[in-house]
Amino acid sequence: MSKSLLLNEEQLDRALTRISHEILERNSGAKNIVLIGLQSRGVFLAKRLASKIINIEKIEVPVGSLDIGLYRDDISTGGAKELKKTEIGFDITDKSVVLVDDVLFTGRTIRAAMDALIDYGRPSQVQLAVLVDRGHRELPIRPDYIGKNIPTSLAQKVEVKLKEENNEDSVYLGEDA
Amino acid sequence: MPLETKHLLAIKNLSSQDINTILETADSLQEVSTRDIKKVPTLRGRTIVNLFLEPSTRTRTSFELAAKRLSADTVGISKSSSAVIKGESLKDTAKTLGAYNVDAVVIRHPAPGAAAYLADYMDASIINAGDGAHEHPTQALLDLFTANQHLGSLKGKKIAIIGDIYHSRVARSNILAFSKMGAKVLVVGPPGLIPKEVEKMGAQVSYDFDEVIPEVDIIYMLRIQLERQQQNLFLSVREYVKRYGLNSKRLARAKDCVVVMHPGPMNRGIEISAEVADMAKNLVTDQVSSGVAVRMAVLYLLVGGVSGLG
Amino acid sequence: MAKMIIKGGRLIDPLNKIDKKADVLINEGRVERVEDRVNAKNAEVIDASGMVVCPGLVDMHVHLREPGREDEETIQTGCKAAIAGGITSIACMPNTQPVNDHESVCSSIIEKAAEVGLADVYPIGAISKGLEGKSLSEMAHLAEAGAVAFSDDGKTVMDSNLLRRAFEYANSLGKPLIVHCEDENLSDAGQINESYISTVLGLKGIPAEAEEFIIARDISLAKLSGARVHIAHVSTSGSVSLIREAKKHDLPVTAEVTPHHLFLDEEMLTDYDTNLKVNPPLRSKKDTEALVKGLRDGTIDAIATDHAPHAAFEKEKEFIYAPFGMVGLETMLPLCITNLDMNLSTLIEKLTVNPAKILDIKAGNLSQGSRADILIFNNNAKVEVDSSNFFSMSKNTPYNGMKLKGKIESVIKKGKVVFKEGKFVE
Repeated sequence: MSKSLLLNEEQLDRALTRISHEILERNSGAKNIVLIGLQSRGVFLAKRLASKIINIEKIEVPVGSLDIGLYRDDISTGGAKELKKTEIGFDITDKSVVLVDDVLFTGRTIRAAMDALIDYGRPSQVQLAVLVDRGHRELPIRPDYIGKNIPTSLAQKVEVKLKEENNEDSVYLGEDA
Repeated sequence: MPLETKHLLAIKNLSSQDINTILETADSLQEVSTRDIKKVPTLRGRTIVNLFLEPSTRTRTSFELAAKRLSADTVGISKSSSAVIKGESLKDTAKTLGAYNVDAVVIRHPAPGAAAYLADYMDASIINAGDGAHEHPTQALLDLFTANQHLGSLKGKKIAIIGDIYHSRVARSNILAFSKMGAKVLVVGPPGLIPKEVEKMGAQVSYDFDEVIPEVDIIYMLRIQLERQQQNLFLSVREYVKRYGLNSKRLARAKDCVVVMHPGPMNRGIEISAEVADMAKNLVTDQVSSGVAVRMAVLYLLVGGVSGLG
Repeated sequence: MAKMIIKGGRLIDPLNKIDKKADVLINEGRVERVEDRVNAKNAEVIDASGMVVCPGLVDMHVHLREPGREDEETIQTGCKAAIAGGITSIACMPNTQPVNDHESVCSSIIEKAAEVGLADVYPIGAISKGLEGKSLSEMAHLAEAGAVAFSDDGKTVMDSNLLRRAFEYANSLGKPLIVHCEDENLSDAGQINESYISTVLGLKGIPAEAEEFIIARDISLAKLSGARVHIAHVSTSGSVSLIREAKKHDLPVTAEVTPHHLFLDEEMLTDYDTNLKVNPPLRSKKDTEALVKGLRDGTIDAIATDHAPHAAFEKEKEFIYAPFGMVGLETMLPLCITNLDMNLSTLIEKLTVNPAKILDIKAGNLSQGSRADILIFNNNAKVEVDSSNFFSMSKNTPYNGMKLKGKIESVIKKGKVVFKEGKFVE
């Protein structure tokens, strides 16, 4: 199995910095924004974006975590998967919610996340930030903020490593699907 | 990650790993019941039968809420509303429910082994909600969950289960469950209500509540079933309360951090004084809310995994 | 009737202390001669080389369900099952519907059995009317009609004074009492042996003492009355000790044990198999060891099946609602051969002459002039228990699928081959 480095630590950080700026620009500041990371790596990324936003805007943006396990569309075939915690300790109604995930692929996770989100309140809008967009969408979903576009084949695997759990910040492309 | 087992019949044959999986899943699911919209679509299209052939309000309500919060369709069958009252055998009940292609059956039944019996005759997942004096595994799981939340790890902790151990499925499941989690289990009650060789299940026996109370972290009071008194097994209520009732005077001799648990419904003034029943240390309402989360976890893990139709 | 010679088998006739290679000459349905070599003109010869030849077995504890529950067993199917198990004489318990507490029931059983013409059936009359333990049945009438013993079967006569009268009266009739020993207050609707297993399964336990206590009482009553008492299905180590002690004092006490109490124990009960629900219950491993020891040293005289047929729908209930009992006629011999490390001659003694002596019936031996009820079996051939092939109407056995040793080759009743290679001879 060969794998090639797509983003190193520096590049990854730069991408997140850029996304933070884009989020602020698009939403005219940080006042009405909340970040919700998808379990588990999306949560780490959401927290990093929030700390960058503090540095830029001096405003603390609320960060929540969302596990989409209960909203998956493949429970009957894929079986029950491990559930992680959903913690959204704030009201999302009338907020601009930015969903954060590491890799955007088929779009099914985001579909499930949006369904889940609606059960918590009625946001004024929902935006999507992803570190990597690897294509192959199966649903009409498009990200608003992208760290890096990576054209892939279905056989390839995108591997995101974050310091919070892996001791390194990097994104690899492997052949092992 | 799904469980090693298709059914939840007893704590006895549940691995520690499965217990932990259920508890961790319950931890994630507890949040659903705190939302405005207390419902997730997870078990949409799944059918769960609550077959309650013995009176029960709490367990039944808890399972019903758990199933509904996961969007499963539920059908409740009680003894009075079932063909059982017309003499239908459990085998035929099983075959009938099987023909409806239900995904899970939650069964409460007066006969020990009834849940295992149903599992022999059905493809659906069977969840034991209490079978005679045998086991009540979801009660033990929710008790573990509640105790965990208040005490952290149960390793090395001491729990005393007080009351009619002999007739209690809750006691049996809890002896096994707390031991599996590394806790030390004491059972306390009058000699006639301690079953033979219960030590082999992993419990120490005491007949003296006062002697053990200072050393325990959890006081688990069983409900006393007053109808047992007629069977000459039991002391008079006055005598029982004197030796085994939990009142504030007795509780004052316990550790400060002690918690009190009870599977409910409580007999105020009998096994537990009204005062203690209302104390903050008494986790009985926490047990009730944990019950829904734990049962959601069990349903999710058993029914969410593999379709009963498949 | 023609002559028959059973040739070349290992002949075991415990009453006459024979265990050697010998031939049997049968004439007019009776044993004419047992010699090392027998030759006779015009005799049908049955080659028994490599086989064991012994008296047809005697099972002194059988439940035929006729009259009353002919859906579970009839006298005919019960007799067929017996023959298929090598048993040519059976004593049947009185818990029929109606109870065999009246000579009319007794006579009708004997007549039916004669019509069937397979195994000999010896009815056991009830001690008390309706097995209710309240008033004595008319024992003399029953004895005259053919009752060989008296028993309240699965019930213990809890009224010790009433039982004393029964002992005394039965003794005056020369008949033994067969007692089921269980203190019903102590057993308290229990389901299985009281131990760790009953605790874990949440089933009510029957303590060993419930049996031992009544055995002690009944031994005392035998002493008091001088009557013969036979203890049915002994199941505990303590019971064996009590009986051993009584025999030491030459009290007229005998005892039987069932194959299931010898070879099965409570630890098999983990999944509520109702086929393992019997009364007395399966006990501990320690108890089974004591039973085997008791059997070896002569404390226990006989092996009996307590054959208790139950309809499938009855046994397919939840454990606490299922009835007690298992069938046993068709599995007794191979179970004993496979599991008992015992001199074959001693084993045959427990299955033939001893129960016959207790019941005082003419069976269980090959003495000259005795009725030619003979069993020929292969001691080493393997069999697999298949309850679907049982001749008994009921299939409530825990042994299904079990591989055993000891195959019934032929059964001869009154000098005629009635059963051969698994089939009845028309």
